[in-house]
Amino acid sequence: MKALVSVKRVVDYNVRIQVKPDGSGVVTDGVKFSVNPFDEIAMEEAVRLKEKGKVTEIVAVTIGGAKSEETLRTALAFGADRAVHVKEEGEVQPLTAAQALAAVFKKEGASLFLLGKQAIDDDANQTGQMVAALLDLPQATFASKIELEAAKATVTREVDAGLETLEVDLPAVVTTDLRLNEPRYLKLPDIMKAKKKPIEAVTLGDLGVTAAAGLKASKTVAPPKRSKGVVVKTTDELIAALKGKGLL
Amino acid sequence: MSKILIIGQQADGKLNAGIAKVVAAAKAIGGEIDVAIFAKDGASAAAEAAKLDGVTKVLQIDRAENDHALSAIIAPQVVELAKKGYSHVLAPGNTFGKDLLPRVAAKLGAQQVSDVMAVHGPTSFDRPIYAGNAIVTVEAPAAPAVVATIRLASFTAVGSSGSAAVEKATVEAALPTHTRFVKLEAQKSERPDLQSAAKVVSGGRALGSSENFKVIYDFADKIGAGVGASRAAVDSGYVPNDMQVGQTGKIIAPELYFAIGISGAIQHLAGIKDARTIVAINKDAEAPIFEVADFGLVADLFQAVPELTSKL
Repeated sequence: MKALVSVKRVVDYNVRIQVKPDGSGVVTDGVKFSVNPFDEIAMEEAVRLKEKGKVTEIVAVTIGGAKSEETLRTALAFGADRAVHVKEEGEVQPLTAAQALAAVFKKEGASLFLLGKQAIDDDANQTGQMVAALLDLPQATFASKIELEAAKATVTREVDAGLETLEVDLPAVVTTDLRLNEPRYLKLPDIMKAKKKPIEAVTLGDLGVTAAAGLKASKTVAPPKRSKGVVVKTTDELIAALKGKGLL
Repeated sequence: MSKILIIGQQADGKLNAGIAKVVAAAKAIGGEIDVAIFAKDGASAAAEAAKLDGVTKVLQIDRAENDHALSAIIAPQVVELAKKGYSHVLAPGNTFGKDLLPRVAAKLGAQQVSDVMAVHGPTSFDRPIYAGNAIVTVEAPAAPAVVATIRLASFTAVGSSGSAAVEKATVEAALPTHTRFVKLEAQKSERPDLQSAAKVVSGGRALGSSENFKVIYDFADKIGAGVGASRAAVDSGYVPNDMQVGQTGKIIAPELYFAIGISGAIQHLAGIKDARTIVAINKDAEAPIFEVADFGLVADLFQAVPELTSKL
């Protein structure tokens, strides 16, 4: 069984985001980038499924500029067998990304599409569901457990009410949540081996995708800051302060 | 004029409390507001939706397949309905709406606006990016339709003194059989619901075990609060996942929030930004939670929290 995993290059989750003074976006120059953490979990899951013998081949895919090759190399170091780089230097919004990824999934004839439930830059949480819609496939989002069989998967999802379990026929799209697994630390030999693995380059045009009209960002601002409050010394002081404000 | 379709999330015959907030966002957009209830028998949820102030009419789409609110089943019906002249399709920005709406948007050929936190006009919205560390104003294309999820913590629920008409509707849509509901493991709790509670008490990694979480429950019960947790506490297995507050868990906006033994990672802060008053109790005076807390108490939680419980 072939699995496709998409990975996105994003600002590292430890970076404190700065908004540009002119409101045109956030500062990304000189900032550390890494693989979207949710996609790393998707990659790790694919590798574990391969180690269990359920998946035979893993293809990693990304959409992005030249620098996104690093992201694919990381996926290859995790254990992807090969990679597809959809080269696009400009901004790609979720529906356009989904159209491209759906085209790759179809071309590859894969049975399972794993990807993070959201990317931590735009926090859109759309792409996986959109791929599933475009291909009329089942979707199981926010997965915290995946049991894969030959023709179906049983997926436990983290939802507001608790844990929901769905059974989906393959092929299917599964988006990964935080508690699905803990991604491994990459070892140097794997990183070296990844350098020799093949990456196929394609464009959105090659995949027959033209970007639909998208959202236009007019300005980006920092959220209102909460001011630092009062430090109280005892629980009595705390109770008095909260009662004083009518909160207790 | 806008014609707005709201997906009226329901479970077990009850309308989700977030829908009253989605209606508030729809009122800010302005226009006709229809709420669609997809259920096996949506009569009681439809009756609730009909009372929400500002709703024009409620469409009750009863179908056996709608029993478990599966996105693969509901999305094709929403798409068919949306094509009947709706300019906007809105859903709550919770796990239900986040799962469902992109499936609708893709079928309609629309880019989606996720987590609308402010409405400037029919096509102009604010939404958070980078875990809420930046807010971007976006203009959405009006065609084919504006498809958006609403960040519930940003809107105040409308009242329920209305009396809109409820219409039974049928939607012609072929439904797939490739997705099947197996089970839902839900926590039964007598405590106030985390997402609508006026007071919330959350515990973090410092609690150390699920047994120790009792001090949090006891305190919450004393003041009538809902109970939440940081990701660290959920990851460590102290409490179930549906209690997680933060960027990837629940985004809440209570009047009073207690962060107990929580250091205050940006991902957690993203979930409590709209809390009116934040109280932090932590042993570590350097913890980042104190940067955003209105009241901070540097103390051992195992001493301070039982003290609060007994003194109140």
